[in-house]
Amino acid sequence: MAEQKVDLKNLKAGGFIKERGKDLFTVRLRVPGGRMSVDRLSRIAAVAQKYGKGYVHLSVRQSIELININFADFDAVVAELGEEQQKVASCGARVRVPTACGGCEYNPNGLVDTQKSALDVDQKLFGTATGHHKFKVCFAGCPFDCPKSAINDVGFQGAVWPKLDADGCISCGLCAKSCTEGALSMGAGNKPVFDAAKCIYCGDCIKVCPTGAWSAEKKGYTVRIGGKWGRRPLVGTLYATFVPEERVVEFIATVLSWYQEKAEGAGRVRLGDIIIREGWQSLLERLRVDFPEYVVKETIAPQVVQTQLPLPGVQA
Amino acid sequence: MQSIDLRGVTCPTNFVMAKLELEDIEAGTTVEFLLDDGEPVKNVPRSLKDEGHKLLGLQERDGYYVLTLEKGEE
Repeated sequence: MAEQKVDLKNLKAGGFIKERGKDLFTVRLRVPGGRMSVDRLSRIAAVAQKYGKGYVHLSVRQSIELININFADFDAVVAELGEEQQKVASCGARVRVPTACGGCEYNPNGLVDTQKSALDVDQKLFGTATGHHKFKVCFAGCPFDCPKSAINDVGFQGAVWPKLDADGCISCGLCAKSCTEGALSMGAGNKPVFDAAKCIYCGDCIKVCPTGAWSAEKKGYTVRIGGKWGRRPLVGTLYATFVPEERVVEFIATVLSWYQEKAEGAGRVRLGDIIIREGWQSLLERLRVDFPEYVVKETIAPQVVQTQLPLPGVQA
Repeated sequence: MQSIDLRGVTCPTNFVMAKLELEDIEAGTTVEFLLDDGEPVKNVPRSLKDEGHKLLGLQERDGYYVLTLEKGEE
């Protein structure tokens, strides 16, 4: 039987991508959050040496890709990578491997544990069929936003809401000086005055405060939804603030179920385009049911980025 | 003509199955593949063409597609 030659189970989640050459495929490996132990890295290197082209490619979404793998070697590659330790990634209309920045264990800017969130999402949602198109999730630890949350279908960004213990404040003014957003200034009583509308939840005031007078009142993720890059880029917009780390999977699952339902029959369409079609209110209301304390009152549609001339409706 | 039904099989499994089936078929033989609309009908014919097979025709039939090809030389 032909089926016995290659174990088709290995292909189910995707990650085996056709190359130009006959019989050749790229095998994309699953590296949630872009973190990998050195031991595993050397195992991958050995497999790439034996079956591949002699190099690997680091994808822009933090996966390692083995190049020039003959399809007849699929099973050997999977077995030698160690099925349990090194899974193959996905492609197609599925939830992709979540990306993340280095996280907060060692990065001084980090506010939340993005690595933990990426692993959690990878374990619980990776490979889920969307029925429509790819679905990308990323985790940024702070508003520097290296993983670019606004160009993911659902993008998370670490956030803290600061509170001041005025009695503990020694009026040094460091917080006001450090607040690049202009949300803090020194008031008449030589105490910091907080302009909440300007705060982007970066926590610089907390980090710089010498006495601990500034602390975190709440902490979690800012969430932007509906972004993508590619042929027709969209910038995702704000749907929620301070979503707790432990509710991230549930939050994504809700967005995913809305997408699966609303895009029914629409074919290969990304989440952002469905939001534009259905209106942002629809998704916001769905999220409000289970996350009333975190979703914003209102938002805007994903923002179209025109990257090409002539602009639609404008004569060339 | 041999007909290979790849409906309900997602990419890239459908392409690999097509390859495996073609291995047991002689060069020059005409075969047809049944493919779902969407990704399968866009990807599978293109990949089979890359492998050196000659695409003869593609016809829509009640929501799916029939791809006819002539197996190329090894």
